Amino acid sequence: MNWNAFALSLRLAASVTAILLVLGLPLAYWLARLRWRWKFLLEAVVALPLVLPPTVLGFYILVMTGPRTWIGRLYENWSGSTLPFTFAGLLVASVLYSMPFAVQPFAAGFAAVDARLIEAAAVYGAGSWKTFARVVLPLSVSSVVTGAVLSFAHTLGEFGVVLMVGGNIPGVTRTVSIDIYDSVQSLDFRSANQTALVLLLFSFGLLSATYAWNRRAAGALLEGGIRP
Amino acid sequence: MSLVRSNFTVLLLVAAVFLGAPPGGNARAQNDALTIAAASDLSFALQEASDNFEKQTGHRVRLSLGSSGSFYSQIQNGAPFDIFFSADIEYPKKLEEAGLAEPGSLYPYATGRIVLWVPAGSALDIARLGMKALLDPAVEKISIANPRHAPYGRAAVTALEKAGIYEKISGKLVLGENISQAAQFVASGNAQAGIIALSLAVSPAMRDNGRYFVIPTTDYPPIDQAAVILKSSSKKEIAAAFLAYLRGPEGAALMKRYGFTLPEPPGKK
Repeated sequence: MNWNAFALSLRLAASVTAILLVLGLPLAYWLARLRWRWKFLLEAVVALPLVLPPTVLGFYILVMTGPRTWIGRLYENWSGSTLPFTFAGLLVASVLYSMPFAVQPFAAGFAAVDARLIEAAAVYGAGSWKTFARVVLPLSVSSVVTGAVLSFAHTLGEFGVVLMVGGNIPGVTRTVSIDIYDSVQSLDFRSANQTALVLLLFSFGLLSATYAWNRRAAGALLEGGIRP
Repeated sequence: MSLVRSNFTVLLLVAAVFLGAPPGGNARAQNDALTIAAASDLSFALQEASDNFEKQTGHRVRLSLGSSGSFYSQIQNGAPFDIFFSADIEYPKKLEEAGLAEPGSLYPYATGRIVLWVPAGSALDIARLGMKALLDPAVEKISIANPRHAPYGRAAVTALEKAGIYEKISGKLVLGENISQAAQFVASGNAQAGIIALSLAVSPAMRDNGRYFVIPTTDYPPIDQAAVILKSSSKKEIAAAFLAYLRGPEGAALMKRYGFTLPEPPGKK
Protein backbone atom coordinates (compact mmCIF):
# COMPACT_ATOMS: atom_id res chain seq x y z
CA MET A 1 0.00 0.00 0.00
CA ASN A 2 1.49 3.26 -1.11
CA TRP A 3 0.01 6.16 0.85
CA ASN A 4 2.32 8.56 -0.92
CA ALA A 5 0.67 7.89 -4.26
CA PHE A 6 -2.75 8.06 -2.64
CA ALA A 7 -1.94 11.45 -1.10
CA LEU A 8 -0.67 12.70 -4.45
CA SER A 9 -3.88 11.64 -6.19
CA LEU A 10 -5.99 13.36 -3.52
CA ARG A 11 -3.95 16.54 -3.91
CA LEU A 12 -4.35 16.40 -7.68
CA ALA A 13 -8.09 15.74 -7.49
CA ALA A 14 -8.66 18.52 -4.95
CA SER A 15 -6.68 21.01 -7.05
CA VAL A 16 -8.54 20.05 -10.22
CA THR A 17 -11.90 20.41 -8.48
CA ALA A 18 -10.97 23.83 -7.11
CA ILE A 19 -9.83 25.03 -10.54
CA LEU A 20 -12.94 23.64 -12.21
CA LEU A 21 -15.16 25.44 -9.69
CA VAL A 22 -13.43 28.72 -10.41
CA LEU A 23 -13.39 28.30 -14.19
CA GLY A 24 -16.33 25.96 -14.69
CA LEU A 25 -19.07 27.82 -12.78
CA PRO A 26 -18.85 31.04 -14.84
CA LEU A 27 -18.34 29.04 -18.03
CA ALA A 28 -21.37 26.86 -17.33
CA TYR A 29 -23.53 29.86 -16.37
CA TRP A 30 -22.50 31.66 -19.51
CA LEU A 31 -23.22 28.57 -21.60
CA ALA A 32 -26.57 27.97 -19.93
CA ARG A 33 -27.74 31.53 -20.64
CA LEU A 34 -26.12 31.89 -24.06
CA ARG A 35 -28.47 32.36 -27.01
CA TRP A 36 -26.29 31.97 -30.05
CA ARG A 37 -26.60 30.15 -33.33
CA TRP A 38 -23.27 28.39 -32.94
CA LYS A 39 -23.66 27.51 -29.27
CA PHE A 40 -23.66 23.81 -30.14
CA LEU A 41 -20.03 24.13 -31.23
CA LEU A 42 -19.01 25.36 -27.77
CA GLU A 43 -21.02 22.58 -26.15
CA ALA A 44 -19.27 20.05 -28.37
CA VAL A 45 -15.85 21.41 -27.37
CA VAL A 46 -16.69 21.12 -23.68
CA ALA A 47 -17.95 17.55 -24.17
CA LEU A 48 -14.98 16.42 -26.27
CA PRO A 49 -12.97 14.88 -23.43
CA LEU A 50 -15.90 12.50 -22.81
CA VAL A 51 -15.40 10.81 -26.15
CA LEU A 52 -11.72 11.34 -26.91
CA PRO A 53 -9.42 8.65 -25.58
CA PRO A 54 -6.81 9.82 -23.07
CA THR A 55 -4.17 8.93 -25.64
CA VAL A 56 -5.25 11.87 -27.80
CA LEU A 57 -4.99 14.40 -24.99
CA GLY A 58 -1.78 12.81 -23.73
CA PHE A 59 -0.24 12.87 -27.16
CA TYR A 60 -1.12 16.53 -27.72
CA ILE A 61 0.24 17.57 -24.35
CA LEU A 62 3.44 15.62 -24.91
CA VAL A 63 4.04 17.07 -28.34
CA MET A 64 2.51 20.54 -28.09
CA THR A 65 3.89 21.57 -24.72
CA GLY A 66 7.29 19.97 -25.23
CA PRO A 67 10.41 22.07 -25.79
CA ARG A 68 10.00 21.93 -29.58
CA THR A 69 7.01 24.24 -29.82
CA TRP A 70 6.65 27.94 -29.05
CA ILE A 71 3.94 27.14 -26.50
CA GLY A 72 6.35 24.80 -24.72
CA ARG A 73 9.21 27.30 -24.86
CA LEU A 74 7.01 30.14 -23.64
CA TYR A 75 5.89 28.08 -20.68
CA GLU A 76 9.45 26.91 -20.02
CA ASN A 77 10.75 30.49 -19.96
CA TRP A 78 8.04 31.44 -17.53
CA SER A 79 8.12 28.47 -15.17
CA GLY A 80 11.57 26.96 -15.68
CA SER A 81 10.43 23.59 -16.98
CA THR A 82 8.14 22.13 -19.60
CA LEU A 83 4.76 20.65 -18.70
CA PRO A 84 5.28 16.90 -19.12
CA PHE A 85 6.64 15.03 -16.09
CA THR A 86 5.50 17.75 -13.67
CA PHE A 87 2.57 18.10 -11.26
CA ALA A 88 1.52 21.22 -13.18
CA GLY A 89 1.40 19.13 -16.34
CA LEU A 90 -0.91 16.61 -14.71
CA LEU A 91 -3.01 19.49 -13.43
CA VAL A 92 -3.46 21.01 -16.90
CA ALA A 93 -4.22 17.61 -18.42
CA SER A 94 -6.68 16.70 -15.67
CA VAL A 95 -8.53 20.02 -15.78
CA LEU A 96 -9.09 19.58 -19.51
CA TYR A 97 -9.94 15.93 -19.14
CA SER A 98 -12.42 16.42 -16.28
CA MET A 99 -13.97 19.59 -17.69
CA PRO A 100 -17.23 17.99 -18.95
CA PHE A 101 -17.74 16.19 -15.64
CA ALA A 102 -17.96 19.57 -13.96
CA VAL A 103 -19.39 21.89 -16.59
CA GLN A 104 -22.20 19.65 -17.85
CA PRO A 105 -23.88 19.12 -14.45
CA PHE A 106 -23.32 22.80 -13.60
CA ALA A 107 -24.92 23.96 -16.86
CA ALA A 108 -27.83 21.51 -16.52
CA GLY A 109 -28.49 22.81 -13.01
CA PHE A 110 -28.37 26.45 -14.11
CA ALA A 111 -30.62 25.80 -17.11
CA ALA A 112 -33.23 24.24 -14.81
CA VAL A 113 -33.54 27.40 -12.72
CA ASP A 114 -36.86 29.08 -13.53
CA ALA A 115 -36.10 32.02 -15.81
CA ARG A 116 -38.86 34.04 -14.11
CA LEU A 117 -36.91 34.01 -10.85
CA ILE A 118 -33.90 35.45 -12.64
CA GLU A 119 -36.06 38.12 -14.28
CA ALA A 120 -37.64 38.93 -10.93
CA ALA A 121 -34.22 39.39 -9.37
CA ALA A 122 -33.32 41.74 -12.21
CA VAL A 123 -36.55 43.68 -11.76
CA TYR A 124 -35.69 44.17 -8.10
CA GLY A 125 -32.39 45.64 -9.16
CA ALA A 126 -29.99 42.76 -8.53
CA GLY A 127 -26.94 42.80 -10.81
CA SER A 128 -26.03 39.70 -12.74
CA TRP A 129 -23.36 38.68 -10.22
CA LYS A 130 -25.78 39.12 -7.32
CA THR A 131 -28.48 37.20 -9.21
CA PHE A 132 -26.03 34.37 -9.79
CA ALA A 133 -24.80 34.27 -6.21
CA ARG A 134 -28.14 34.76 -4.43
CA VAL A 135 -30.68 33.11 -6.73
CA VAL A 136 -29.15 30.76 -9.29
CA LEU A 137 -26.40 29.17 -7.21
CA PRO A 138 -28.58 28.31 -4.17
CA LEU A 139 -31.21 26.76 -6.46
CA SER A 140 -28.70 24.61 -8.32
CA VAL A 141 -26.47 23.70 -5.43
CA SER A 142 -27.01 19.97 -5.82
CA SER A 143 -25.89 20.12 -9.48
CA VAL A 144 -22.82 22.07 -8.42
CA VAL A 145 -21.99 19.50 -5.76
CA THR A 146 -22.54 16.69 -8.26
CA GLY A 147 -20.22 18.35 -10.79
CA ALA A 148 -17.54 18.97 -8.18
CA VAL A 149 -17.68 15.42 -6.84
CA LEU A 150 -17.68 13.89 -10.32
CA SER A 151 -14.64 15.87 -11.41
CA PHE A 152 -12.90 14.97 -8.16
CA ALA A 153 -13.68 11.28 -8.57
CA HIS A 154 -12.81 11.29 -12.26
CA THR A 155 -9.41 12.83 -11.55
CA LEU A 156 -8.81 10.34 -8.76
CA GLY A 157 -9.42 7.51 -11.22
CA GLU A 158 -7.49 9.03 -14.09
CA PHE A 159 -4.97 6.75 -15.68
CA GLY A 160 -4.28 7.04 -19.41
CA VAL A 161 -3.26 10.70 -19.55
CA VAL A 162 -1.09 10.36 -16.47
CA LEU A 163 0.58 7.29 -17.92
CA MET A 164 1.34 9.18 -21.10
CA VAL A 165 2.68 12.46 -19.75
CA GLY A 166 3.61 11.70 -16.14
CA GLY A 167 6.86 9.77 -16.39
CA ASN A 168 6.08 7.91 -13.15
CA ILE A 169 8.03 10.11 -10.71
CA PRO A 170 7.36 9.22 -7.05
CA GLY A 171 5.65 12.06 -5.20
CA VAL A 172 5.28 14.15 -8.36
CA THR A 173 3.45 12.16 -11.01
CA ARG A 174 3.09 8.62 -9.65
CA THR A 175 -0.61 8.74 -8.87
CA VAL A 176 -2.53 5.94 -7.21
CA SER A 177 -3.73 4.47 -10.52
CA ILE A 178 -0.16 4.35 -11.86
CA ASP A 179 1.00 2.82 -8.61
CA ILE A 180 -1.58 0.03 -8.91
CA TYR A 181 -0.59 -0.55 -12.53
CA ASP A 182 3.08 -0.72 -11.51
CA SER A 183 2.33 -3.26 -8.82
CA VAL A 184 0.38 -5.44 -11.26
CA GLN A 185 3.18 -5.14 -13.81
CA SER A 186 5.79 -6.26 -11.35
CA LEU A 187 3.45 -9.07 -10.24
CA ASP A 188 3.14 -7.58 -6.76
CA PHE A 189 -0.54 -8.51 -6.56
CA ARG A 190 -0.65 -8.04 -2.78
CA SER A 191 0.20 -4.37 -2.96
CA ALA A 192 -2.06 -3.90 -6.00
CA ASN A 193 -4.91 -5.51 -4.10
CA GLN A 194 -4.50 -3.34 -1.04
CA THR A 195 -4.26 -0.06 -2.94
CA ALA A 196 -7.11 -0.99 -5.26
CA LEU A 197 -9.35 -1.88 -2.32
CA VAL A 198 -8.62 1.40 -0.54
CA LEU A 199 -9.37 3.32 -3.74
CA LEU A 200 -12.56 1.33 -4.34
CA LEU A 201 -13.88 1.90 -0.82
CA PHE A 202 -12.94 5.57 -0.84
CA SER A 203 -14.62 6.21 -4.20
CA PHE A 204 -17.72 4.26 -3.20
CA GLY A 205 -17.95 6.19 0.05
CA LEU A 206 -17.56 9.51 -1.71
CA LEU A 207 -20.22 8.78 -4.33
CA SER A 208 -22.70 7.31 -1.83
CA ALA A 209 -22.33 10.34 0.39
CA THR A 210 -22.96 12.63 -2.57
CA TYR A 211 -26.03 10.79 -3.79
CA ALA A 212 -27.42 10.58 -0.26
CA TRP A 213 -26.88 14.30 0.19
CA ASN A 214 -28.46 15.03 -3.19
CA ARG A 215 -31.53 12.99 -2.28
CA ARG A 216 -31.95 14.89 0.95
CA ALA A 217 -31.55 18.18 -0.91
CA ALA A 218 -34.14 17.14 -3.52
CA GLY A 219 -36.49 16.03 -0.73
CA ALA A 220 -36.15 19.39 0.95
CA LEU A 221 -37.04 21.12 -2.32
CA LEU A 222 -40.12 18.96 -2.86
CA GLU A 223 -41.40 19.78 0.63
CA GLY A 224 -41.21 23.43 -0.26
CA GLY A 225 -38.21 23.77 1.93
CA ILE A 226 -36.38 26.39 -0.08
CA ARG A 227 -35.11 28.73 2.54
CA PRO A 228 -35.35 32.42 1.77
CA MET B 1 9.83 19.75 -41.41
CA SER B 2 11.92 18.14 -38.72
CA LEU B 3 9.14 18.91 -36.27
CA VAL B 4 6.65 17.13 -38.47
CA ARG B 5 8.94 14.18 -38.80
CA SER B 6 9.77 13.92 -35.14
CA ASN B 7 6.08 14.24 -34.30
CA PHE B 8 5.45 11.35 -36.59
CA THR B 9 8.13 9.37 -34.78
CA VAL B 10 6.44 10.13 -31.50
CA LEU B 11 3.10 9.06 -32.93
CA LEU B 12 4.60 5.76 -34.04
CA LEU B 13 6.08 5.20 -30.61
CA VAL B 14 2.85 6.18 -28.91
CA ALA B 15 1.09 3.63 -31.06
CA ALA B 16 3.73 1.05 -30.18
CA VAL B 17 3.15 1.65 -26.48
CA PHE B 18 -0.59 1.53 -26.59
CA LEU B 19 -1.14 -1.32 -29.01
CA GLY B 20 -0.36 -3.60 -26.10
CA ALA B 21 -3.95 -4.57 -25.38
CA PRO B 22 -4.82 -8.17 -26.13
CA PRO B 23 -7.00 -8.71 -29.16
CA GLY B 24 -10.54 -8.91 -27.92
CA GLY B 25 -13.75 -9.11 -29.90
CA ASN B 26 -12.30 -9.33 -33.36
CA ALA B 27 -10.11 -12.31 -32.46
CA ARG B 28 -12.77 -14.64 -33.77
CA ALA B 29 -13.36 -12.63 -36.92
CA GLN B 30 -9.69 -12.95 -37.87
CA ASN B 31 -9.06 -16.40 -36.52
CA ASP B 32 -6.89 -17.36 -39.45
CA ALA B 33 -4.18 -14.93 -38.35
CA LEU B 34 -1.22 -15.77 -36.13
CA THR B 35 -1.38 -13.60 -33.03
CA ILE B 36 1.91 -12.56 -31.50
CA ALA B 37 2.44 -10.76 -28.20
CA ALA B 38 5.81 -9.05 -28.24
CA ALA B 39 7.92 -6.85 -26.02
CA SER B 40 7.93 -3.35 -27.41
CA ASP B 41 11.66 -3.32 -28.19
CA LEU B 42 10.70 -5.66 -31.03
CA SER B 43 8.14 -3.23 -32.54
CA PHE B 44 10.06 -2.46 -35.69
CA ALA B 45 11.97 -5.71 -36.14
CA LEU B 46 8.95 -7.97 -35.77
CA GLN B 47 6.80 -5.75 -37.94
CA GLU B 48 9.24 -6.27 -40.78
CA ALA B 49 9.61 -9.97 -40.03
CA SER B 50 5.82 -10.39 -40.01
CA ASP B 51 5.45 -8.62 -43.36
CA ASN B 52 8.06 -10.91 -44.91
CA PHE B 53 6.52 -14.00 -43.32
CA GLU B 54 3.09 -13.03 -44.66
CA LYS B 55 4.45 -12.56 -48.15
CA GLN B 56 6.27 -15.88 -48.14
CA THR B 57 3.72 -18.14 -46.50
CA GLY B 58 0.40 -16.36 -46.95
CA HIS B 59 -0.29 -16.65 -43.21
CA ARG B 60 -1.36 -13.39 -41.71
CA VAL B 61 0.27 -12.10 -38.55
CA ARG B 62 -1.18 -9.78 -35.94
CA LEU B 63 1.26 -8.08 -33.60
CA SER B 64 0.41 -6.92 -30.09
CA LEU B 65 3.17 -4.80 -28.61
CA GLY B 66 3.55 -3.96 -24.96
CA SER B 67 5.52 -4.71 -21.87
CA SER B 68 6.52 -8.29 -21.16
CA GLY B 69 5.13 -8.09 -17.63
CA SER B 70 1.66 -7.11 -18.89
CA PHE B 71 1.61 -9.92 -21.40
CA TYR B 72 2.75 -12.38 -18.76
CA SER B 73 -0.20 -11.43 -16.54
CA GLN B 74 -2.58 -11.48 -19.49
CA ILE B 75 -1.43 -14.90 -20.68
CA GLN B 76 -1.87 -16.29 -17.17
CA ASN B 77 -5.43 -15.06 -17.47
CA GLY B 78 -6.08 -16.71 -20.80
CA ALA B 79 -5.10 -14.07 -23.37
CA PRO B 80 -5.47 -15.65 -26.85
CA PHE B 81 -1.91 -15.34 -28.16
CA ASP B 82 -0.03 -17.92 -30.21
CA ILE B 83 3.53 -16.79 -29.53
CA PHE B 84 4.92 -14.64 -26.74
CA PHE B 85 8.18 -12.76 -27.36
CA SER B 86 9.41 -11.59 -23.97
CA ALA B 87 12.19 -9.08 -23.32
CA ASP B 88 12.98 -11.06 -20.18
CA ILE B 89 13.60 -14.79 -20.44
CA GLU B 90 12.18 -15.26 -16.92
CA TYR B 91 8.57 -14.81 -18.04
CA PRO B 92 8.56 -17.56 -20.73
CA LYS B 93 10.40 -19.80 -18.28
CA LYS B 94 7.71 -19.23 -15.68
CA LEU B 95 5.00 -19.93 -18.25
CA GLU B 96 6.74 -23.15 -19.15
CA GLU B 97 6.91 -24.17 -15.49
CA ALA B 98 3.24 -23.36 -15.07
CA GLY B 99 2.37 -25.58 -18.02
CA LEU B 100 1.05 -22.67 -20.07
CA ALA B 101 3.74 -22.90 -22.75
CA GLU B 102 4.25 -25.64 -25.31
CA PRO B 103 7.03 -27.84 -23.86
CA GLY B 104 10.32 -27.47 -25.69
CA SER B 105 9.22 -24.42 -27.65
CA LEU B 106 11.28 -21.94 -25.60
CA TYR B 107 13.57 -20.13 -28.00
CA PRO B 108 16.12 -17.59 -26.73
CA TYR B 109 15.94 -15.38 -29.81
CA ALA B 110 18.28 -12.57 -28.88
CA THR B 111 20.19 -10.59 -26.34
CA GLY B 112 19.08 -6.98 -26.11
CA ARG B 113 21.46 -4.05 -25.92
CA ILE B 114 21.04 -0.56 -24.52
CA VAL B 115 22.23 2.78 -25.82
CA LEU B 116 22.33 6.33 -24.53
CA TRP B 117 20.23 8.32 -27.01
CA VAL B 118 19.96 12.09 -27.50
CA PRO B 119 17.85 14.06 -30.03
CA ALA B 120 19.59 15.31 -33.17
CA GLY B 121 19.85 18.94 -32.01
CA SER B 122 21.39 18.07 -28.66
CA ALA B 123 24.71 19.67 -27.69
CA LEU B 124 25.70 16.73 -25.48
CA ASP B 125 28.94 15.11 -26.58
CA ILE B 126 27.93 11.52 -25.91
CA ALA B 127 30.50 10.12 -28.32
CA ARG B 128 33.34 11.46 -26.16
CA LEU B 129 31.82 11.53 -22.67
CA GLY B 130 29.57 8.47 -22.82
CA MET B 131 27.35 8.19 -19.75
CA LYS B 132 29.18 11.09 -18.05
CA ALA B 133 27.46 13.39 -20.55
CA LEU B 134 24.36 12.99 -18.39
CA LEU B 135 26.00 15.16 -15.71
CA ASP B 136 25.63 18.18 -17.99
CA PRO B 137 23.31 20.74 -16.35
CA ALA B 138 21.34 21.01 -19.61
CA VAL B 139 20.01 17.54 -18.90
CA GLU B 140 16.86 17.98 -16.85
CA LYS B 141 15.12 14.70 -17.55
CA ILE B 142 16.50 11.29 -18.47
CA SER B 143 14.05 8.69 -19.66
CA ILE B 144 14.51 5.00 -18.94
CA ALA B 145 12.08 2.08 -18.83
CA ASN B 146 10.62 1.34 -15.42
CA PRO B 147 13.29 -0.79 -13.67
CA ARG B 148 10.62 -2.31 -11.46
CA HIS B 149 9.31 -4.48 -14.25
CA ALA B 150 11.19 -3.80 -17.50
CA PRO B 151 14.52 -5.59 -18.08
CA TYR B 152 15.78 -2.65 -20.15
CA GLY B 153 15.07 -0.39 -17.19
CA ARG B 154 17.03 -2.63 -14.84
CA ALA B 155 19.93 -2.70 -17.32
CA ALA B 156 19.82 1.11 -17.54
CA VAL B 157 19.99 1.51 -13.76
CA THR B 158 22.89 -0.95 -13.51
CA ALA B 159 24.76 0.89 -16.27
CA LEU B 160 24.19 4.22 -14.50
CA GLU B 161 25.48 2.74 -11.25
CA LYS B 162 28.48 1.29 -13.03
CA ALA B 163 29.25 4.72 -14.48
CA GLY B 164 29.12 6.05 -10.91
CA ILE B 165 26.48 8.67 -11.67
CA TYR B 166 23.24 7.01 -10.56
CA GLU B 167 23.08 8.87 -7.22
CA LYS B 168 23.69 12.21 -8.91
CA ILE B 169 21.04 11.88 -11.62
CA SER B 170 18.36 9.69 -10.00
CA GLY B 171 16.21 12.78 -9.40
CA LYS B 172 16.11 13.40 -13.14
CA LEU B 173 14.82 10.00 -14.15
CA VAL B 174 11.43 9.68 -15.80
CA LEU B 175 10.12 6.16 -16.19
CA GLY B 176 8.52 4.86 -19.34
CA GLU B 177 5.94 2.13 -18.91
CA ASN B 178 7.99 0.10 -21.37
CA ILE B 179 11.06 0.74 -23.50
CA SER B 180 9.04 2.24 -26.37
CA GLN B 181 7.57 4.85 -24.07
CA ALA B 182 11.02 5.67 -22.71
CA ALA B 183 12.11 6.20 -26.33
CA GLN B 184 9.03 8.30 -27.06
CA PHE B 185 9.75 10.59 -24.08
CA VAL B 186 13.19 11.45 -25.44
CA ALA B 187 12.26 11.40 -29.15
CA SER B 188 9.59 14.04 -28.45
CA GLY B 189 12.25 16.21 -26.79
CA ASN B 190 10.54 16.15 -23.41
CA ALA B 191 13.52 14.34 -21.93
CA GLN B 192 16.99 15.53 -23.00
CA ALA B 193 18.48 12.04 -23.00
CA GLY B 194 17.28 8.49 -22.68
CA ILE B 195 18.60 4.99 -22.24
CA ILE B 196 16.75 2.91 -24.77
CA ALA B 197 17.03 -0.33 -26.70
CA LEU B 198 19.51 -0.40 -29.57
CA SER B 199 16.76 -2.02 -31.64
CA LEU B 200 14.69 1.17 -31.36
CA ALA B 201 17.64 3.52 -31.92
CA VAL B 202 18.44 1.88 -35.27
CA SER B 203 14.80 1.69 -36.39
CA PRO B 204 13.84 3.78 -39.42
CA ALA B 205 11.59 5.95 -37.24
CA MET B 206 14.38 7.04 -34.90
CA ARG B 207 17.75 6.71 -36.56
CA ASP B 208 17.63 10.06 -38.38
CA ASN B 209 16.30 11.99 -35.40
CA GLY B 210 19.11 11.49 -32.94
CA ARG B 211 22.51 10.09 -32.02
CA TYR B 212 23.39 7.28 -29.70
CA PHE B 213 26.25 5.88 -27.68
CA VAL B 214 26.31 2.11 -27.36
CA ILE B 215 26.74 1.24 -23.69
CA PRO B 216 29.35 -1.52 -23.29
CA THR B 217 27.70 -4.89 -22.60
CA THR B 218 30.08 -5.37 -19.68
CA ASP B 219 28.30 -2.55 -17.82
CA TYR B 220 24.99 -4.34 -17.32
CA PRO B 221 23.70 -7.91 -17.02
CA PRO B 222 22.75 -9.47 -20.34
CA ILE B 223 19.16 -8.84 -21.40
CA ASP B 224 18.34 -12.38 -22.38
CA GLN B 225 15.14 -12.55 -24.35
CA ALA B 226 13.09 -15.56 -25.31
CA ALA B 227 9.93 -16.61 -27.10
CA VAL B 228 7.53 -19.46 -26.41
CA ILE B 229 4.59 -20.94 -28.24
CA LEU B 230 1.61 -20.97 -25.93
CA LYS B 231 -0.14 -24.17 -25.03
CA SER B 232 -3.54 -22.65 -25.74
CA SER B 233 -2.57 -21.82 -29.32
CA SER B 234 -4.60 -23.44 -32.06
CA LYS B 235 -1.97 -22.62 -34.67
CA LYS B 236 1.12 -24.26 -33.26
CA GLU B 237 2.45 -25.30 -36.68
CA ILE B 238 2.24 -21.80 -38.11
CA ALA B 239 3.78 -20.47 -34.89
CA ALA B 240 6.65 -22.94 -35.21
CA ALA B 241 7.10 -21.88 -38.84
CA PHE B 242 7.35 -18.26 -37.75
CA LEU B 243 10.03 -19.07 -35.18
CA ALA B 244 11.85 -21.14 -37.81
CA TYR B 245 11.76 -18.15 -40.15
CA LEU B 246 13.35 -15.95 -37.47
CA ARG B 247 16.00 -18.60 -36.85
CA GLY B 248 16.73 -18.94 -40.56
CA PRO B 249 19.31 -16.88 -42.44
CA GLU B 250 16.86 -14.16 -43.50
CA GLY B 251 15.33 -13.73 -40.05
CA ALA B 252 18.73 -13.81 -38.37
CA ALA B 253 20.05 -11.09 -40.67
CA LEU B 254 16.98 -8.98 -40.00
CA MET B 255 17.33 -9.30 -36.23
CA LYS B 256 21.01 -8.44 -36.46
CA ARG B 257 20.20 -5.37 -38.51
CA TYR B 258 17.92 -4.20 -35.69
CA GLY B 259 20.75 -4.45 -33.20
CA PHE B 260 19.90 -7.75 -31.54
CA THR B 261 22.85 -9.94 -30.71
CA LEU B 262 21.85 -13.43 -31.70
CA PRO B 263 22.19 -16.31 -29.26
CA GLU B 264 25.14 -18.56 -29.93
CA PRO B 265 24.37 -21.82 -31.74
CA PRO B 266 23.85 -24.61 -29.20
CA GLY B 267 26.98 -26.47 -30.39
CA LYS B 268 29.30 -23.64 -29.35
CA LYS B 269 28.14 -23.18 -25.78
